[in-house]
Amino acid sequence: MSAYDGLVDQEDAHWAFGTGFSEPLTGVDRELPEGVDRADLSAYCLMLGDDALVLAQRLAEWTSRAPELEEDVALANIALDLLGQARMLLTRAGEAEGAGRDEDALAFLREEREFRNVHLAEIECGPFAGGDFATTVARLLVFSSWKLAQYSRLRGGADPVLAAVAEKGVKELAYHRDHAAQWVVRLGDGTEESHRRMAAGLARVWPHLEELFTAHPVELRLAGVAVDPAELRSEVDGVLDAVLAAARLERPVDVPPAARVGGRAGRDGVHTEVMGYLLAEMQHLHRSLPGARW
Amino acid sequence: MSAAYEVAARVRDPELPVLTLADLGVLRDVTESGGRVSVTITPTYSGCPALDEMGADLRRSLLEAGFAEVEVRTSLSPAWTTDWISEDGLRKLREAGIAPPSRLGPRVAGPVPLNLVPPPRRVSCPRCGSARTAELSRFGSTACKALRRCADCDEPFEHVKEI
Repeated sequence: MSAYDGLVDQEDAHWAFGTGFSEPLTGVDRELPEGVDRADLSAYCLMLGDDALVLAQRLAEWTSRAPELEEDVALANIALDLLGQARMLLTRAGEAEGAGRDEDALAFLREEREFRNVHLAEIECGPFAGGDFATTVARLLVFSSWKLAQYSRLRGGADPVLAAVAEKGVKELAYHRDHAAQWVVRLGDGTEESHRRMAAGLARVWPHLEELFTAHPVELRLAGVAVDPAELRSEVDGVLDAVLAAARLERPVDVPPAARVGGRAGRDGVHTEVMGYLLAEMQHLHRSLPGARW
Repeated sequence: MSAAYEVAARVRDPELPVLTLADLGVLRDVTESGGRVSVTITPTYSGCPALDEMGADLRRSLLEAGFAEVEVRTSLSPAWTTDWISEDGLRKLREAGIAPPSRLGPRVAGPVPLNLVPPPRRVSCPRCGSARTAELSRFGSTACKALRRCADCDEPFEHVKEI
C-alpha cells in the first residue's frame, strides 16, 4: 500500500489532519509523573502544542507561494514536523486534563482566548500582508533557536511523554534552525535589496523576543517537568549573534518589546489581532461540518 | 528469532518499499504469547504519515500469518536515527538509486551545533559512483530525503539524510 492509499483510505480516516491518522500516542507509556499537578501539566503541554500548531499553520500558508519549488517543499516539511509535535503535545494535554478532549477537540474547538502560543508563532510574516519570505525566515530562525534550547532541556524532564517528544523534536528543530540560518546568511550577505529585506524581517520579529523568555507561573510551578524560559536567553542570544555576524546584519537595537495587555500575552490567552483570522481559517471546516470525513 | 518477529520484519516501509521495517530500524520489539503479538515501532519523524500505514501493514501481515491478536505500540524514546538502518538496508537503498545516509556515530553531549553552511558530506552518486555531487535541496519528496545532483552523470538523485 502506498502513502497515497493512506490518504484515500476510508477506514479510520478522520479528515482533521488530512490522512487516516490514528491517535498519535497509541501504545506510548502514558503514566502521569507522581506529584505533578494535572492541570498544570495540561496547561504546559497546551503552551508547547499551540506554539507548534500555530507556526505549522503559518508555514503551511507558503505552500505554492514560496520563491522556488524547493522552498515550498522545505517549508511544508518543516510545518509537517511541527504538526507532528503538536499532535503529540495536544494529545498529552487532553490526557493530563482528563476531561476527554482529544487533539482535534483542542485544535479545532477552542476559542482564541484558550490558545496558549507565544505571539511570535501567530504574527503575519508573509506570504500575505505583514511580511515576505525574509520575514518568515527571520521568524523561523528565532523560533527554532528558542524552541531547540527549550526542547534540549526538556529531554531530561520528569514527564516521560514530554521528554520523549522533546528528544525527537530536538533533531527536527536542529535542521529547521540550520535551514533558516542558512537563508538569513544568504539574504543578509547577498544583494543590497536582499540585505535590506532581511534586516526589515528581523526588525519585524524582534519586538516578540521578550515574550519568549518571560516565564508564566505554570512554567515555574512545574519545576522538574517544565523549563524556565528565562534560562534560555543566553543560549538563544549566542546563536542569533553568530548567525547575524555571518550574515553581516546588525542585531536590532532599542526595540521596545511588544506591548502586553495588563501584563498578559500569548501564554495567558491574550493574542494579537491576526489570531482570530488564523483560527477562522484553521477551524472553520471542522466547525462547519462536525465529524466530517473524506 | 520468533515466527512473529520474522513476519513483522518482512513488512515493507510504505514510502521506501525497498526496505523492510527491520532494515529501516523502526521495528523495536516483537513479543508473542499464546497467539497474541505485541509489536513496538518507533517513528522516523514526528509528523511522518507512514507510521499509521506501518501499523496497519503489521497488523494485517500478522493476522494473515495466523496470529489471533495483534497490538502495535509506539515508542518515542530513544529517538530513531538513520544509524539504525541496517547494512543490508544501506545496500538496498543504493541499489534502488537512493544514496544511503552516512553513519553519524554517538551523539555528542552539549548544545546542538549550528551549521551555517551545509556540512560537507561525501555522498556518492548511486548511479555512477562519482563523489562529485551537490545538494539541490535539503527537503525532498519525503521528510527523510534530500535531493542531490551528480556533476559527472548529471542525474538528480535522492539521499536519505542523516538524522
